[in-house]
Amino acid sequence: MSQNRLGEEIDWTPPAPPPPASPPPAAPPRTRRIGSLEVLAALLVLLVIFRGWLGGLVDGERLQTWTTVFVSVLVQAVPFLVFGVALSAVIAVFVPRSFWAKALPRHPALAVPAAGLAGVILPGCECGSVPIAGSLIRRGVTPAAALAFLLAAPAINPIVLAATAVAFPGKPEMVVARGVASLIVAVAMGWLWLRIGKPEWIRLPHRPDVDGESKAHAFWAAVRHDVMHAGGYLVLGAAAAATINVVVPASWLQRLAENPILSVLALAVLAVLLSICSEADAFVAASLSQFSLTSRLVFLVVGPMVDLKLIAMQTGVFGRRFVVRFAPTTFVAAILVGTAAGLVLL
Amino acid sequence: MSRLTQAVVLLLFGGAILRASVTDLYLRYVKEGLRPFLIVAGLLLVAAAVMTLWQSLRAGEAEEEHDAGHDHGHSHAHEPRIGWLLILPVLGLLLVAPPALGSFAAGKSGSVSATPVSDSDYPALPAGDPAPVSLLDYASRALFDEGKSLTGRNVRLTGFVTPAPDGSPMLARIVLSCCAADGRPIKLGLTGQVPQEVAADTWIEVVGVYSTQRGKDPVNEVDVAYLEVKTWQEIDQPKQPYA
Repeated sequence: MSQNRLGEEIDWTPPAPPPPASPPPAAPPRTRRIGSLEVLAALLVLLVIFRGWLGGLVDGERLQTWTTVFVSVLVQAVPFLVFGVALSAVIAVFVPRSFWAKALPRHPALAVPAAGLAGVILPGCECGSVPIAGSLIRRGVTPAAALAFLLAAPAINPIVLAATAVAFPGKPEMVVARGVASLIVAVAMGWLWLRIGKPEWIRLPHRPDVDGESKAHAFWAAVRHDVMHAGGYLVLGAAAAATINVVVPASWLQRLAENPILSVLALAVLAVLLSICSEADAFVAASLSQFSLTSRLVFLVVGPMVDLKLIAMQTGVFGRRFVVRFAPTTFVAAILVGTAAGLVLL
Repeated sequence: MSRLTQAVVLLLFGGAILRASVTDLYLRYVKEGLRPFLIVAGLLLVAAAVMTLWQSLRAGEAEEEHDAGHDHGHSHAHEPRIGWLLILPVLGLLLVAPPALGSFAAGKSGSVSATPVSDSDYPALPAGDPAPVSLLDYASRALFDEGKSLTGRNVRLTGFVTPAPDGSPMLARIVLSCCAADGRPIKLGLTGQVPQEVAADTWIEVVGVYSTQRGKDPVNEVDVAYLEVKTWQEIDQPKQPYA
């Protein structure tokens, strides 16, 4: 109970003696209210009744492709989301607060690059690192370090770098440039946060205060909360990505590729819009062969740090006030560093 | 959203993922290698649902709904609401189950550029007459080896029909690197006994020989190889629709 500062915000840990095995009734003060369970039940019944009609609705080629892309972005992201959420629940429940104080350098300016480098050992794509970063902040890690981790982990882990090497055969400098540029952006953003960031910009959603509860209970409560939360935003992001995928014709890109500056900006924007998993984006970059190597490097640096899916998820985990500042700044930093790395290394 | 409702949504979501991954449905959306991870993720989701169900039944739900109704002066009020969106993927997987990417996607994006095999000769085609070859392999051998390793052999390719901008049918297959969102088509032009009057998205098996003809994909100006068709037949969509 020593660290119960968040205790007032407990959301779903009803300590009051429960009426045993009562069915879900409307709560006494709001008797007229229909509970969410009833809404869900009605919704499901309606969906099953109208399933034939619904299937027929998704008939046009464009809508069908949209649905396929939407579902596949989600299916691809679900394992990473679930494992990321499970890991962040482990951090929240089983790793004591004191661990982070010992593991990271005490000085925040040093903790930032240390946390960024820690991302190297954590395989996974960006969907997982958002809840993990939120969990780190909750457990007392300085936000600057957690943000450096958030940006670095999806971009520079071994799986992603190996995928980049496979996608660009005979161009190891692409792998080096990607790793270096991503790490620089992550650390720079962490340090920038130390200088100008304000703690009140970050508003983490409540999660159960896990101290002083049974560990198993706390673990599953944290998993449920984060899946519902980050998962909901992931659905939003997947829908946006599918829309872009179906709506933007590839021939537009052809014309942009010819101008060196426009091509960098175009691929940076495309990386944000397409929201491809960082493990796959190298293959897409490789197939954009009409673009310069530098612009494709910018695509690879921006994508894992800023995209529609991430913006939606970060809004859920860190709050809107944070995202409106963090995402555009990261976007600009990633373009600048990516271009510079491309000019020097490629 | 009450805890019990969240449990039901989680159960549906995890169940939909599990069902897609134990059947072959998942192959329409992602690569085969993701299957074990999907199964583990699905099981974790179902476990979370069961634990939530158990906890909430034990704790009693009345308190919960009442508690969630309070606004703690935070943005938390919208928190449970975003979870409703998880119904959409459940809907997509259980009720709609959209088909694998096909002709529409193939027509919209430019063909994958086949890559030359680095520094060595192409290995001989697999045994058999006709020899089974993938579209990507055929295009690479045709474009970068002037078809040397293809000459004198009958080859068999499987793909779906997609119309070129001028209306003539092409053979195509979608290449995935991760999931359908990054799927890009590999297209081959057809000469000889070209399948006429076949609807787009029809899967066909083509037997043919190397053709020296070349074309360009108008979408991204990538070279497109051609195949001289000898015979072709309609087939069912393969279990693994992507290359």
